[in-house]
Amino acid sequence: MNLLFGRTVSLQLRLTVAVMLSIILIVGDRFTQGGNMIRTSLHTAVSPLLYLASMPYEAFNSGAKSLQTREQLSEENNALRRKQLLQSEQLQQLQFLQKENQKLRALLNASAREKNTRQIAQVLSVHSNPYSHQVVINRGTIDGVTESQPVIDEMGLVGQLTQVGTTTSRVLLMTDITHATPVRILRNDVRTVVEGIGKINKLKLSHVPHSLDVRIGDVLVTSGLGGTFPEGYPVAVVTELNRDEGLPFAQVYAEPIAQLDRVRLLLILGRTSQENLDND
Amino acid sequence: MIKRYYFLIAFSVFLALVMALMPLPISAEPFRPDWVLLVLMYWSLAVPHRVNIGWAWVAGLLMDLAIGAPLGVNSLTYSICIYITVSNFQKIRNFSIWQQAMLVGLFLTLYHLLLFWLNHFLLDVYFSPHYLWPALTGMLCWPWIFLLLRKYRRQFRIR
Repeated sequence: MNLLFGRTVSLQLRLTVAVMLSIILIVGDRFTQGGNMIRTSLHTAVSPLLYLASMPYEAFNSGAKSLQTREQLSEENNALRRKQLLQSEQLQQLQFLQKENQKLRALLNASAREKNTRQIAQVLSVHSNPYSHQVVINRGTIDGVTESQPVIDEMGLVGQLTQVGTTTSRVLLMTDITHATPVRILRNDVRTVVEGIGKINKLKLSHVPHSLDVRIGDVLVTSGLGGTFPEGYPVAVVTELNRDEGLPFAQVYAEPIAQLDRVRLLLILGRTSQENLDND
Repeated sequence: MIKRYYFLIAFSVFLALVMALMPLPISAEPFRPDWVLLVLMYWSLAVPHRVNIGWAWVAGLLMDLAIGAPLGVNSLTYSICIYITVSNFQKIRNFSIWQQAMLVGLFLTLYHLLLFWLNHFLLDVYFSPHYLWPALTGMLCWPWIFLLLRKYRRQFRIR
């Protein structure tokens, strides 16, 4: 042990090297596009850590589930059956409407509506960067998912995939400050963009002119512009409207429809492919 | 023989990483102490010739990957904090445990301010004082981590 007269590299030099390397990494990660292969393999390397960290919570959860009483389970079962019955009725209508829609579109010579493949994913309960809104899911390149695929839950749009590893990937929630979603207002088809402001229950409509026809309670759905999100999924409901003429734009805020703070099961929408559709 | 020490130190850092990722109840989430940095600080004070900036950089990178932060943010901040503790380890070692805790709290505050500043630059986040809660909880955790890891170090004779 020789601490006074170290023969190794000096601390200052080590710090300089570390700082330089970090800055290269930060710039490379944030401001360039390339290096996807490296990123995937790096995220794959920490996947076991994520599974390990989520294990106690999962064990607790499954323990709690196995302690549920018979009545609770049968009650839940009944409720689900009722819900399924109602939804299957709507599904019968949906098939008919889809056919009709296809025919009408053919008559109008409009392009056919795109259809998606779907994949169910579960959210791993691990801690994430407090400065951004994201969740980890248990799907990766092994399951055929790729970056920037849209993710929804049972209510509406959740976000999109970023940082895909082999067995885990991250979903960037639409409330994240770096995320914007192209939408249109369901009532009158006016298109606009909602962006996250870093609050889990609030989104902001950007650059809304004072004359735009928007009201409180308007439902916003994805517009399909931009190509990331398919058209027609519910995104948010307008909750706050401030037409202060002194400001250059109207201040419009909306609340996400999906319950972003308690997501558990998610649906990853895939790119259009007719073959996979038949298998579903 | 040398390898055994590295394995034991790496194991404690690994446990700290798992602790740092473990889900907490929502109400406790803002108070989560920075386990990895605290453990690294202990080792950098106890065995500064073994654990210093290289360890901090690698652990920070793992942390970035695991929590999905922009790569390099935690490596940078960990490296700077560990540089401060390693370069003053002889002074800090002589303080009593509560004085050490105060100093650690100060370092943690610096860490969080640096982290915020980098994130402000990269992600446009705005400051809110609750970003500094972990510095306080980390300060309160320091004596227990110190005693626990000292026991661990003496048990396995890591020098």
